[in-house]
Amino acid sequence: MSNNNSKLGQDSPLVTARSGEPVGLGALRPAPEFFLDSETVSAIQQQGVDASRRSLIRSSFAMALASVIAPRALANNAGDPAILELPSWSRSLGNPVASRPYGMPSKYESNLQRRQSPGLTQTAQSSVSFSPLQGMFGMITASGLHFERHHQGWVDVDPRRHRLMINGLVKTAKVFSLEDLMRMPSVSRIHFIECGANTGMEWGNSAVPTVQYTHGMLSCSEFTGVPLSLLLEQAGIDKSRAKYILAEGADGSGMTRTIDIDRALDDAIVAYGMNGEMLRPENGYPLRLVVPGAQGVSWVKWLRRIEVGDKPYATKDESIHYVDLMPDGQHRQYTSIQEAKSVITSPSGGQKLLSKGFYNVTGLAWSGRGTVKAVDVSFDAGRNWYSAKLEGPVLPKALTRFNIGWEWDGQSAILQSRVTDSSGYVQPAMRQLREVRGRRSVYHNNAIQSWRVNASGEVENVQLS
Amino acid sequence: MSNLADRKTLAGLLLILGLSACGADNNKTPAAELARRESPYVLTMDALGRPATPAEVTAWDIDVRPDFAGLPPGQGSVSDGEEVWINRCASCHGDFGDSNKFFSPLVLGNITEADIASGHVAALKDPTRVRTTLMKVATVSTLWDYIRRAMPWNDPKSLSDDDVYAVLAYLLNLAYIVDGDYVLSKDNIAEVQARMPNRNGMSDDHGLWKVDGRPDVVAERCLRDCELGDKVSSSIPPFARNAHGNLRDQMRIFGPHQGINTVAESDPTASNKPLSAALVSSGPSPEIKQLLAANTCTGCHQMTSKLVGPAFAEIGRKYRDRSDAVSYLSTKIRSGGSGVWGGAMPPMPQLSAPQAEQIARWIIENPW
Repeated sequence: MSNNNSKLGQDSPLVTARSGEPVGLGALRPAPEFFLDSETVSAIQQQGVDASRRSLIRSSFAMALASVIAPRALANNAGDPAILELPSWSRSLGNPVASRPYGMPSKYESNLQRRQSPGLTQTAQSSVSFSPLQGMFGMITASGLHFERHHQGWVDVDPRRHRLMINGLVKTAKVFSLEDLMRMPSVSRIHFIECGANTGMEWGNSAVPTVQYTHGMLSCSEFTGVPLSLLLEQAGIDKSRAKYILAEGADGSGMTRTIDIDRALDDAIVAYGMNGEMLRPENGYPLRLVVPGAQGVSWVKWLRRIEVGDKPYATKDESIHYVDLMPDGQHRQYTSIQEAKSVITSPSGGQKLLSKGFYNVTGLAWSGRGTVKAVDVSFDAGRNWYSAKLEGPVLPKALTRFNIGWEWDGQSAILQSRVTDSSGYVQPAMRQLREVRGRRSVYHNNAIQSWRVNASGEVENVQLS
Repeated sequence: MSNLADRKTLAGLLLILGLSACGADNNKTPAAELARRESPYVLTMDALGRPATPAEVTAWDIDVRPDFAGLPPGQGSVSDGEEVWINRCASCHGDFGDSNKFFSPLVLGNITEADIASGHVAALKDPTRVRTTLMKVATVSTLWDYIRRAMPWNDPKSLSDDDVYAVLAYLLNLAYIVDGDYVLSKDNIAEVQARMPNRNGMSDDHGLWKVDGRPDVVAERCLRDCELGDKVSSSIPPFARNAHGNLRDQMRIFGPHQGINTVAESDPTASNKPLSAALVSSGPSPEIKQLLAANTCTGCHQMTSKLVGPAFAEIGRKYRDRSDAVSYLSTKIRSGGSGVWGGAMPPMPQLSAPQAEQIARWIIENPW
């Protein structure tokens, strides 16, 4: 806090440092620890690979491989069987086109799935599934891994029977079919969507083990649709009286949210497309509201109606839930903006580093108030910070990928990231958030995340004070 | 082969030449070639979409605002509401709106006559109290609107307007906002609003709503020798390592790191180790506290006095002489039960066997 010494970041000094020790056992075999006893793995992580350990590893490989792979390549120690033994896919005819008409990820990627947090909700219909941020790259979320939050289950709406109604303070209440909407001028924009309760489980203490559960109510997609402002103009919005809109869904919950008219007319989109295809049913097929920078619950799915009004509506999900409890017992109502936030996704909680040496530390940063201007990363629990490289394009109200070099020396270390956005807002520490909002507000926890890399290489979710 | 190679070389050469020629051209492109010519065809008003009929607007415009705009006429008594409640609502919310089986309790005490007078529910300041719907909600319109649009859970929008009035009257009676002989209607709902216990408990005086809202938490961008707290104050307790399943199976199987195998260490036999001294002292350890809070145990059970369910102390005293007390209670926690204490406890299958055993062991071994 005391030394706010520069507006510019400093480059990581660690990129160029080299210990000179052999690292990267993975170059020989992807998972050496499966063949080595834990003591040896631990010793390698602490002290590197010396001659005796190298020999041990070699013999371990020999033992392990002898049972599953023809041993001839190893007899003369000629090299890596992954190279010397041609795999089946190099010696066979591959699969025909369109054998999977809608493509699927490799079977080797099956660990990366949307998952629920056990015990978080009592029903599976009013619940959440979290995106596996720990395994994702870049800024776009694969549509099949987009997080889910439903309030009364998801539905698969027949687009031919779906309508959008605009009523209230308009010249003419109007009805639009998908045909009408898809004939209109469209825009395509990349935006993040984050549930207001993302990281909500962490307000009191470290509660969940991986970035999937701490930050996985977060996704980013390219959305295609009609600007809401255009539709409101088509209905003849009464601009002198319009102060708010109510957005309403066609699902059983009839999800409803009040949106301030300035935000509605600013950059909101009535979207049907997501990442080049139609929205997925879990994400509101065939129509959802996109409210850039606002919490996900305002992005009403299965959107059926927009009402223009002059007073807020105080619907269930802005009166009983999605209200932020302050220490004085008052609730903040209509909290909406997702403030600037960042998190390191790799390495992150629940992962184990396999050896000392160089790592690319990577993560995501975003702001509901604008663009990401800088991401600083600390490897020493927040004492010193280095400037991460932002991967382009850096877009307003979109996820921004950052990368920075680090060399793990085998000692315990605490990794953190901190974003500064285009409004000058700096992501706060957990302690700073709690000083103002206490520990029970559930929503809008955008604190700096701390990951502790233990000497064993295991990474865990910790909080600092 | 060589012929093909020659062709490739030639193609590559042409490509290079082409590119450089193109680059040269770009530098000199006349402004006219970069100019745009807009389409004369633009979307006009009323070109797409059609006016909604009055019947269509009536069918879909069902929202009810805090000023009761949109509230249809009708009425319902507390006693009528009780009947609807038992038939349509109680299986999820409990006979008295106090169940936490599927949803957070709607009503569970914690509202006083003083709250109704002030419009602030004082218990919201107390972290140990369960926060119910009726403690939080400021506007009675919210309840009417939501019950009509979304309830019952598996049959939404099936209640008549009078049923909605009646169910709401019953719920308000459970929270002591209206008397048992009250008949709620469009004409008197404003009276109810004036008695809503937390009607003054909401604020929109914050910077998280409007486009130009100002942040309430201000941090500085320090880069060197920063003095932020660097002491670890919280981490996932060892017993919860596997609470989200085996993390090894939630990470990519190759790459710079792999998922931690969390199963071996949470083997049920491992929890047979003697408990730490801290765990058997009078108050629950932070680990136990977190387990109780995270699994809504404290919504029904208090330490030493009866709430909805028996106090932990009562349970401990009742069973501690039983030789299989820990395993009996762990099973009860996970599978639920009824009749023993005069009520019913919903099953808590989200708890792993070791977690349930840890809670049971604490209940039994704590010197109540």
